[in-house]
Amino acid sequence: MALVWPARLLGLGAVVAVLALLPRTLEDFTNAYASDLAFVAIYFTALLGLSILTGYSGQISLGHGAFMAIGGYTTAILMSEQGLRLAGHTFSSDLRDVYTIPIAGVVAGLAGLLFGLPALRLTGLYLALATFAVAVALPQVLRRFETLTGGGTGIQLFGLPQLSGLGVEVNVFGRTLPFNDWLYYLCWSIALALLVAAWLLLRGRLGRALRAVRDSEVAAASSGVSLARYKTLAFAISAFYAGVAGSLFAIATTFVNPDVFPITLSIFLVIGAAIGGYGSLLPLLAGALFVQYVRNLGDDAADAGRLPGPVAEFLARPGGRDLVFGATLIVAMFLLPNGIGGLLRRAAEPLTSRLYTRAS
Amino acid sequence: MALLELENVTRRFGGIVALDGVSLDVGEGEIVGLIGPNGAGKTTAFNVITRLYAPDAGRVAFDGADLLRIRAHRIIRHGIARTFQNVALFRGMTVLENVLVGAHARRGARDALETLEYCGLRDVAHTPVSRLPFGTQKQVETARALASGPRLVLLDEPAGGLVHEEVDALAGFIRRLRLDFGVTILLVEHHMNLVMGVSDRVHVLSFGRRIASGAPADVQQDPAVVEAYLGEAA
Ligand SMILES: Nc1ncnc2c1ncn2[C@@H]1O[C@H](COP(=O)(O)OP(=O)(O)O)[C@@H](O)[C@H]1O
Ligand SMILES: [Mg+2]
Repeated sequence: MALVWPARLLGLGAVVAVLALLPRTLEDFTNAYASDLAFVAIYFTALLGLSILTGYSGQISLGHGAFMAIGGYTTAILMSEQGLRLAGHTFSSDLRDVYTIPIAGVVAGLAGLLFGLPALRLTGLYLALATFAVAVALPQVLRRFETLTGGGTGIQLFGLPQLSGLGVEVNVFGRTLPFNDWLYYLCWSIALALLVAAWLLLRGRLGRALRAVRDSEVAAASSGVSLARYKTLAFAISAFYAGVAGSLFAIATTFVNPDVFPITLSIFLVIGAAIGGYGSLLPLLAGALFVQYVRNLGDDAADAGRLPGPVAEFLARPGGRDLVFGATLIVAMFLLPNGIGGLLRRAAEPLTSRLYTRAS
Repeated sequence: MALLELENVTRRFGGIVALDGVSLDVGEGEIVGLIGPNGAGKTTAFNVITRLYAPDAGRVAFDGADLLRIRAHRIIRHGIARTFQNVALFRGMTVLENVLVGAHARRGARDALETLEYCGLRDVAHTPVSRLPFGTQKQVETARALASGPRLVLLDEPAGGLVHEEVDALAGFIRRLRLDFGVTILLVEHHMNLVMGVSDRVHVLSFGRRIASGAPADVQQDPAVVEAYLGEAA
């Protein structure tokens, strides 16, 4: 325990330093990198939630994309002309839009709570299937409630589509930033704040209670830990994180429609969390990078001519990318059964155990 | 009035009657042994008392309160803590974290490190429990149960995985628990020397029925008890 916090703060410091340096060092940062890296922050936020749910409380969700969708639509409805009939506006000319982000988190968190209650009756594979079903069904639900969600067309967040994207500037705190840069700073600030929040939240009684539920339900109950309370609480917290991620996702894409949050997104999150390590938090960054860059493998790289011809060709063929993806995953799972987080813990172990023995 | 009282408790599992109208009592401050051949229903009795299983019939009262109206995770707030025969530790946690979960429910719980010290586990406080031998894991379970500051502790085969000298030490430990903390103890154990040595009274179960109760010396002479155990040996 003694070494956990210094290691965490060191890791966080390093991440902040890199994030601060990237815009200054990468060539053409605004156009080439800012948006992609913002998506890494978004996936990271969603993975934090998933790791809390699965890694801590031991409940599986194959449908976290659905909670992201709820967050994304909440922000979209609040921001768009359709919802509140606000005048078309550029993003964040005031900070009004930023307020929709926590609201999106809370709405998704409540949805998580509501889902968590019936989920109490399900465990393991059955719970996984139920969450999967929700994620499969949600796009159809979104299509159905057209007046609110815009049906299949969805919602443009910024009223006027041409106000979003490249070339648009955002005024914030008296400074003018390109939209993409603003997105980058916004998403990473929120993601890292939520990382610290997760550290603080899970450090004591709550974190132990969740892990107790995961490790032994009978012993947890006999120790006074209410299974119902902590399982639903885990769902609520986890869905809050996913909702915030979904809200940022909607802002980053500048629109939502039922196809923005497909079932494959949920699957990618499950895999990203496995790569980062369930129960890990900071190492989920590796999972987030994986989700962002492997999910889009072929798109960007091949276009940019960074991959050799035959590889790019293979990736472009139907199913090619999925094949590479699946193979990468199998190899990663064999080499890293507990993800990057597990690897780091194992690497640090000789050091920590020596310190423990000395301390006691 | 007894601190813990089971009255005509029945629990079935399909065709098996694990508890068949069992009545037994434990007085405040007593150390009571609960013995019987394998499958007699001892663990089931613990599970009924701690509300992990609902009985099909009967009454369970603790300090006058009807335990059957209380949910499993509230039991410890009423002062009942337990250990598990097959060890149900939180495997992803250290020894200290396990004991801290034991203190989850109770305010004014004993300091976790002090509890570890008392149980002789201070040196392994930061060791993941999964690395410890079975016998030590059982000790961690006892420490976890004590951390809640209980009035009644249910110990399910605490000597499991211990070597001979450790079993002797355990007898002293159990007596000291009562002395130091004033707890009442219900002890399930196969080690006859241990149970007979530390218990004030013993209840004997066989095939879900209580076949004898009384002082250790008397129970050992009881023909029904002898027969039950001979049946097992045969
Ligand atoms: N959860 C359960 N499901 C089915 N049968 C059970 C269950 N728990 C206990 N039993 C059965 O009840 C009987 C009593 O078991 P148990 O209370 O564990 O005995 P003891 O602890 O005295 O060895 C056994 O026949 C056992 O197989
Ligand atoms: Mg048993």
